[in-house]
Amino acid sequence: MPHSVDQKAEALPSAEVEMAEAATDESANQGAAEDVDMTDATETQTSEATKSEAKELGAFEKGQERNGMASDTGGIKVEDLFDMDSDDEEFPSSAMPVKKEASDSPDLLPSSPSDAGPVQHSGSDPELLRTFYQRLFPWRYFFQWLNHSPQPTLDFEHRELSFMLSNDAVMRYQSYRTADLLRKDVLRLMPTRIEIGPVYSTNPRERKLLQNAGSFRPVSKELCFDIDLTDYDDIRTCCDKANICIKCWQFMTMAIKVINAALRDDFGFKHIMWVYSGRRGIHAWISDKSARTLDDSKRKVIAGYLEVIVGGAQSGKRVNLRRPLHPHLTRSIDLLKSHFQDDVLEAQDPWRSPERADKLLQMLPDTELREALKRKWDASPERSSELKWKDIDAVAKTVTSKNFDPKALLDAKQDIVLEYTYPRLDINVSKKLNHLLKSPFVIHPGTGRVCVPVDLRTFEDFDPLSVPTIQQLIHEIDAWKEPEVKSEKGVHDWEKTSLKPYIEYFRTHVNALMRDEKDVKVKRERDGEDNGDLW
Amino acid sequence: MNRIDNKRRNVVDHRKKQYADPAYKETQYPHRLNFYATPPTADITLEQFEQWAIDRLRVLAEIEACSFRNKSPVEAAAHMRPLLEKYLPLDSNSSSSTQLSAQRQKDHYSHFILRLAFSSTKELRQRFARVETMLFRLRFNADDTRERQAFVESLNLDWEPVPDEEKRKFATELIATVISSYGKKAYQSIDEEQFYRVDWTRVPDLVEQRKVFLRAGKAYVPAKELQSLVVTEFTARLEKSLELTARALPRLDEDDRLTPILDHLSKNFVAPDAGYSGGNSAIDGAEITARNIDNLSQHFPMCMTVLHRTLRRDSKLKHFGRLQYTLFLKGIGLSLDESLTFWRQSFNKMTDDTFNKEYRYNFRHSYGDVGGDSNRRGGGYTPYSCQKILTEHAPGPGEAHGCPYRHMNMENLAVQLQASGVTDPAVLRGVGEDKEKQKFHLACNRVFEHLHAKELKQAKDERIMTASQLETIVHPNEYFKRSYLLKNMGKAQPGGGGDVKMEG
Ligand SMILES: [Zn+2]
Repeated sequence: MPHSVDQKAEALPSAEVEMAEAATDESANQGAAEDVDMTDATETQTSEATKSEAKELGAFEKGQERNGMASDTGGIKVEDLFDMDSDDEEFPSSAMPVKKEASDSPDLLPSSPSDAGPVQHSGSDPELLRTFYQRLFPWRYFFQWLNHSPQPTLDFEHRELSFMLSNDAVMRYQSYRTADLLRKDVLRLMPTRIEIGPVYSTNPRERKLLQNAGSFRPVSKELCFDIDLTDYDDIRTCCDKANICIKCWQFMTMAIKVINAALRDDFGFKHIMWVYSGRRGIHAWISDKSARTLDDSKRKVIAGYLEVIVGGAQSGKRVNLRRPLHPHLTRSIDLLKSHFQDDVLEAQDPWRSPERADKLLQMLPDTELREALKRKWDASPERSSELKWKDIDAVAKTVTSKNFDPKALLDAKQDIVLEYTYPRLDINVSKKLNHLLKSPFVIHPGTGRVCVPVDLRTFEDFDPLSVPTIQQLIHEIDAWKEPEVKSEKGVHDWEKTSLKPYIEYFRTHVNALMRDEKDVKVKRERDGEDNGDLW
Repeated sequence: MNRIDNKRRNVVDHRKKQYADPAYKETQYPHRLNFYATPPTADITLEQFEQWAIDRLRVLAEIEACSFRNKSPVEAAAHMRPLLEKYLPLDSNSSSSTQLSAQRQKDHYSHFILRLAFSSTKELRQRFARVETMLFRLRFNADDTRERQAFVESLNLDWEPVPDEEKRKFATELIATVISSYGKKAYQSIDEEQFYRVDWTRVPDLVEQRKVFLRAGKAYVPAKELQSLVVTEFTARLEKSLELTARALPRLDEDDRLTPILDHLSKNFVAPDAGYSGGNSAIDGAEITARNIDNLSQHFPMCMTVLHRTLRRDSKLKHFGRLQYTLFLKGIGLSLDESLTFWRQSFNKMTDDTFNKEYRYNFRHSYGDVGGDSNRRGGGYTPYSCQKILTEHAPGPGEAHGCPYRHMNMENLAVQLQASGVTDPAVLRGVGEDKEKQKFHLACNRVFEHLHAKELKQAKDERIMTASQLETIVHPNEYFKRSYLLKNMGKAQPGGGGDVKMEG
């Protein structure tokens, strides 16, 4: 697991700040939130209600196990019900009911260089949010993306969506037949966050009507990956915690490159979409049918295949690989080499201080080499990481010991390159079919930025700090001027804004997915073996 | 066993009528190995039916014993070679044998006969599938490389052999996976390495450990891993077929010639390593008497210790407990007279009258002193083996028989072990892990080695006991004998009787 306990603890202060932020927003909007609660008391589940329901299902499951049925054939594990996306610890979730503390120290608020000012707080301003859902959110493509067809199917109707409301209440197991019904309900409830769960064997809303808990089980979901910059805190020097800049964003660029190559070339997946999580991480959604139908054990296999960095930040050398390297790792090093030079050695300069240089020494073999390097670096304390890296080979040539093993040094250097560049996955997000993950195109309440897809053709130029914020977008609609030559079709509001390229990219992605899905269906019908889907 | 007129012809496959096809020719056996996909159709004599089944059973029982004794694959193969030669030979196509067809027919038929005998309960099916898998693996490894490949190709498992051209194209990648997974020594040259292309989901373990090259959703599996692929497939198919056989069994009842044979076969299989001959003193010079049992109980395995403690505490034992314990005592050399004395004294809360009326007969019966001809001739029942204790008659509430390593929860087991002087936390933890993994023999032997550590070292150092005398214990009476001899080194010598031997 990339998260060590220590890291979690470290991340906490920022989480608190964010919560305080949410609380501030809320007090402004309390009226609206109460409204929702009153009018919809039956449907709205507070986190407490969700919890007791979880227990109920857990009890079902126990009974099932007693009957000798394997638990993976059905039933929901209690822990799974609480399994929320851990990407954004700053969000309170049903899993962790969090105390809301008012904060009066705005200077603690995380800020990024281009993003100062009051703008960033209003990610969940209800009026802005309403306008966003009403005029900008790409409902149709969102529906098609999850439905795999223009006509409503059970892929969408049985899909769990989960809403977090502005009062932090979480409504799980929401489901809709069409994009329009979903849109209407979102406008009514105004969730600050939408999460996507699996497609279930029956309609999630009807799960409680079932006699047999086993007949309500997750059957498919996109394969997902989650990478978060906080997992790089021990190797990035520019920022820490929830803060990011374009320098450390390069770690995400490397991650996309490496993981994408493995998913595409090794596993043969085609419909991969990367989504900026709105602040400091990215998610991958793989929509190929063969990926959606993987069971938990197969998801775990993929996660294991991709996982290279093991142990927490305090666990010493975290990369230990058999030699010769597996082709996936050889390819990864090829992809990462230049990034190591430019984005790590130069941009991060991770071993400049003597303490950090010690960390590098610990990862090298041979006592004589280590001692020689230490003497050299002690003599010039501010020597850059780039030079220190070069020193290793130069000093190695002077090592006289008969036991010195050049191959071991080469291997160690490769391991170091990987440790400082290879993607650090939160593999728990990938391992479970019924893990909830934040939807694309929602607004990150902390930054106000839209969780936009990252165009794979230009992902190396992606700058998270120039991703449009909700305020900016609404302003763009207002500022839009009708061109002199009117187009025959009307202009969508999103086309008037800087959201346009992202939605167009999403549309292209969804169309390719639907085309493939259709081909599969046609082929199956031709082969006369269309037994319907799982239902 | 009752012999049945062997002139009468017998049909092995009960489904033959359904599939009867005049064009059907006698089964051909192009390969030495067999996945046993099609049931035999030709007639064989009843004598063949019975003899072939017994021969295969001998082989399977011995293979199972190898696994209980934790023999390595190489040791097991060496141990099994002469037995296979004798009972179930299978020569390769390249050999000059003229018996190929006959050998393969016997192999084919005997497998299917035992399927019938061992499909009735889930436990038997699992055990049969397990030992048949072991046999298959043994033969698969011993097969000629080229013939093995031809066999695998004949299975149509949609594992595509990677063509040479593609192999050369990905030579770097393929070589890297082979060397990093199996070491430099295992690698010859890319031309000699054979790879199969399979859907990655078929080999999840190899993918997760990055032991195979992946491309476009296909895993390139080295032929070295083929064994595990083929064997996994063999087991999966056999388990499925056994389920089907179980459902078809009732129809077989109509053939009253087969039922007694099949019954007998399955009974034999229940205790393949049984046959601890009792009656005569197992160890010269040992005082095996009623009044010495308390003293001797320090040499008992836990299954008997628990019975002994329960008997002392409650002054009685329930039916299966009495049976398990009295046969064990018989096995260590307690005479019938002494046995009756022992039980009479132990059941000290009942009258002579009750004891004589309700119990005396049963104890005599187990010694072969009363009962039918066969019981008398056979000297009564044989002491139970671990296998029998582990698998038959799991104890219910208030019953103390069975194998404590299997049937007790860890808490109670620890109490019993501690009462026997096993207090080392590492040993207790080890027992717990064995138990978790269902390696009950290992747990028992672990305790034995712990309690006899000093003596075992001495016996090994001074070469008092041979390697075979120090093999894994798979019989409670062997536990006793070995413990007694070790603790009395130099005082007693092994007697003639009491050796564990196989019963066909
Ligand atoms: Zn930064």
